[in-house]
Amino acid sequence: MTAVDLVKLIPWLPALAAVYCGLAAVDRRLSKAAGWVCVASIFAAFALTVGVFTDATPGVFDNDKHAAQHEATIQLVADEANDHADDHAGHDDHAHGEAKSRPGELVSHTVTFLPWIRVAGLQANIAYFIDPLTLIMMLVITGVGGLIATYAVGYMAHDAGYARFFMAVSLFIFAMLHLVMADNLILLYLGWEGVGLCSYLLIGHYYKHKVAVDAAKKAFIVNRIGDLGFALGIFLIYNELGSVRFDDILPAAQAIVEGRVDAPAALMFAPFLLMLGAFGKSAQLPLSVWLPDAMSGPTPVSALVHAATMVTAGVYLVARLTPVFQIAPGAMETVALIGALTALYAATIALCSNDLKGVFAYSTISQLGFMFIGVAVLSVGGVFHLVTHAFFKALLFLAAGSVMHALAGSLDIRTMSGLGKRMPVTAGLMFVGCLALAGFPFTAGFFSKDLILGDAIALGLAQQGAWWALLAGGVGLLAAFLTAFYTFRLWFLVFLGPEKFVMGRGTGDNQREPMSDLEAAMIDVAEEEAHEIEAHGGHHATEPHEMPMWPMNLPLVLLAIASVIGGFVLHKVGVKYIDKMLEHSSQFMATPYPDHAYLLGMDAHLAVAIISSIIAIAGIALAYLCFGLNRDLGRSLGAATRPIGYVFEHGYFLDAIYAKLIVLPLRLKAFLLTAFDTLVIDWIVRLVGLIPVGLGLAMHRSQRGHLQGYGIGMIAGIAIFIFILYVATVA
Amino acid sequence: MIGALPPMPALAVALSEAALGHFLTTGAILFVLGLIGFVTRRNLIVMFLCTEMMFQGVVVSLIAFSVYHGNVTGQTFVIFVLTIAAAEAALALGLVVMLFRRRRTLDAEAWATLHD
Repeated sequence: MTAVDLVKLIPWLPALAAVYCGLAAVDRRLSKAAGWVCVASIFAAFALTVGVFTDATPGVFDNDKHAAQHEATIQLVADEANDHADDHAGHDDHAHGEAKSRPGELVSHTVTFLPWIRVAGLQANIAYFIDPLTLIMMLVITGVGGLIATYAVGYMAHDAGYARFFMAVSLFIFAMLHLVMADNLILLYLGWEGVGLCSYLLIGHYYKHKVAVDAAKKAFIVNRIGDLGFALGIFLIYNELGSVRFDDILPAAQAIVEGRVDAPAALMFAPFLLMLGAFGKSAQLPLSVWLPDAMSGPTPVSALVHAATMVTAGVYLVARLTPVFQIAPGAMETVALIGALTALYAATIALCSNDLKGVFAYSTISQLGFMFIGVAVLSVGGVFHLVTHAFFKALLFLAAGSVMHALAGSLDIRTMSGLGKRMPVTAGLMFVGCLALAGFPFTAGFFSKDLILGDAIALGLAQQGAWWALLAGGVGLLAAFLTAFYTFRLWFLVFLGPEKFVMGRGTGDNQREPMSDLEAAMIDVAEEEAHEIEAHGGHHATEPHEMPMWPMNLPLVLLAIASVIGGFVLHKVGVKYIDKMLEHSSQFMATPYPDHAYLLGMDAHLAVAIISSIIAIAGIALAYLCFGLNRDLGRSLGAATRPIGYVFEHGYFLDAIYAKLIVLPLRLKAFLLTAFDTLVIDWIVRLVGLIPVGLGLAMHRSQRGHLQGYGIGMIAGIAIFIFILYVATVA
Repeated sequence: MIGALPPMPALAVALSEAALGHFLTTGAILFVLGLIGFVTRRNLIVMFLCTEMMFQGVVVSLIAFSVYHGNVTGQTFVIFVLTIAAAEAALALGLVVMLFRRRRTLDAEAWATLHD
C-alpha cells in the first residue's frame, strides 16, 4: 500500500460524520457536537488530500517537460490499470503543428476500495481515479467545504434541525467526493445522484415552509431531465466502447480523436446526452430555472452546494470527459455557445434582481456559463475559474448570509442601505468578493475569467471556422461587464449611502411586506431562531450587528485571502500550478493546450486582459456613479430601461413559460389520467368485485342447512353427470 | 411397477353373465334403498345406517365384478372399504352421540341453522 492508496479513506471520513450526525438528529444529547464532527471530518479529508498530493502527482511540477513526461510514463507503466494511456507518447509533436509543447501525459492512479459490479462485460468497482483534475476538485470540495461548514456551525447554531443539517452536509461531501473521484461512470452517476439527493434535502431544510419544499422538488425534478440524458449517455458509451471505466473510455476516445481508430457512428450522440446532464446539474439554459429557487435553503447550503461545489459538477464532467466530447463535431461548440448564452442571460437577470441571494444565484449561473466556455475551448481557465469561483462565490454567499442573519431574514436590497457602518467586517469581506467576481485586475476572478475569454478569443482568431469561440468570447466580455456592474450595484446599495434597514419582522411602524414568498419564509425562520435564543435565556438583536469572528468571520477572511491571491498564486507564480496540473489531467489527453493567436498586435491573452480590466473597472465605476455617488441617476437609469428591466426582473419569464408550456400540459394530462383511473379503471375493478357478490346473492337461498337437501343435490348432480356420460358414450 | 408384479391368481369359480346381472341388481337395490332411506329419514342414526347400506350395495357389485373377471383386485378393494366403513362408523356414532347431547334429539333438522 503506497501513500496514494490512502485516498480511498478520504470520502469515508465525511460518511462517518454523517452517521454520527444522523444519530445526533435522533438523540439530542449528541446534537451539540454534530457541527464540529462534520467540520473535523471535512478538514481531515482535506489534510489527507494534501498529504497524498505529492505522491499522486509525480513529475507534474517538474520544470523539465521531458523529465516530467518520462516520469509520468514510468508511473503509468507501473500502474497496471493504465496500460493503454501512454501509447501516443512521442508522436504528438508532429501531429499537432500548433502545439506549444507535447501534451501533458495523463498522470493517474486507480485505487480500488471495494469490488462492486461485475456482470458479463460490465465492470464497475468502488474505485477511485486520481488524476490532477480529481485532486483539484477534492481540494476545493474539502477545503472550501470545510470553511463553509465552520461558518455554518455559527450560522445554524440556533436552528432546530442543527444535527439534521450537518448530516446532510456530511453526506453531501461524501457523495461529492465520490462524484469527482469515481473511476467509472456508474460510480460517478451514483455520486451525481447522491449530491442531487443532498441538494434536495438541504434546499428543503426548512420543510415547514412550502416555498422551500417546492424549491427542493423543483431542483430534483428539473435535474431528472438532465440526468435522463446523462444516464442514456452512459448506456451509449458502454454499448459502443464496452466499458464504463475511465481507464478504458479515455484512451479509446483519445484514439478516436487522434484519428487512429474510427468512431462508431452512434457514439456521436454520447457527448450531447452527457451535456444534458451537465447542463441540468450546472443550471445552464434551458435547465437553469431550479437554481434561483434553491436559495430557499440555509445560506451555507447556497454557498456550498449551489455555488462552490455541486453545480460545478457539470463543468467537471465536461473536463473529465473532454476526449469523449471532442469525438462529436459540434459538441464543444454547443457547450461553448450554451455557456455564453447562459452567462449573458443570467447576468442580465442579476442586473435587475432585488433579492440579495438572488443576485448571487444568477451570478452563479452566469459564472458557470463562463466555466463551460472555458472547458469547451480547451482552456485551463474553465477548471481554474471553477476553483477561484468557489473561493469568491462562497465568500459572497456567506457574507450575504451574514447580512441576512443580521437583518433577521431580510433579502430585499431595496430596503437596505448604508450597512457598512454597522457591519464593517462583512462589508469589507463582501467588497473583496465583489472585486474578485467583477474581475478587478489581479484578483482571483480576473486571472481565471481572463484565461477563459483569452483562450476563447485566441482560438477563434487562430482557427478557421472557430467563429463560435470568438462569439462566446465576445459575449463573455459583455457578460463580464454586466457582472462588474450588477455586483457593485448590490454592494453600493447595501453598504453605502444613508443608513437604512428594515429588520425581518419589525414592530410598530417598522412593519413590512415581504418581497416574495421566499423572503417571508426566511423571516419566519429568523423569528423561530429568535424564539429559540430567548428560550435559552439569551436576547436576540433588534438591530443589525457584526457577526462573531469565530466561527463565522474567520473562514470568510481565509476565503477572502484566497479570492485575492488565489488566482495569482495558482496561475502566475512558481510553476503555474493549475496549468501544470490540468495539462496532466484527462482534459488535455487528446489535444494539447493550444498556442495563442495575436490580437491588436499583441498576444491575444494580454489584449483580452487589458480589455477585460477596462471593462471591469468601467462596470464598477458605472455602478458607483449610479448607486454609490448619485442614486437618483440609478433610479432614472432604471426608469429609462423599464420595459427591458421588467423582462430581466422576471427572468425572461422562463418560469412562466415553463409553467404554461410544460407544467400546465403535464397537469392536464395528470388530470385526464386521474379521471380515467377513477371513472374507468376503478369501475371495471368494482364490476369484477360485483360478480361474486351477485352470485352469492343468487345462490344463498339454496343453502338451507337441510342435510337431506344436500343429499338430494348431490345425487341429482351425480345423476346429471352420469346422464351426460351416457349420452356422450352411447349416443 | 405394475408390470413387475407376479400375475394375479385366477379364481376357481367363474360367473356367467346372467348371474353377474343378478348380483348387480341386488347391489343396485341395496344402494337405492340406502339412498331413499338417507333422503327420507330424519333420524341421524337411521340416516347413518342407510349410508352403510349404500356401501354394502357397492361392495356386492365390486365382488360380483371381481369374480366375473377372475381378478382379486375388487375383493382387495372391498377389504379396504369395510375397514374404512368400520372406522367411520366409530367416528360417526361418536359424533351422533355428541350432537344428541347438545340438542337432546336425533332429528337432523335440529341442525339446519348451521347454514348461516
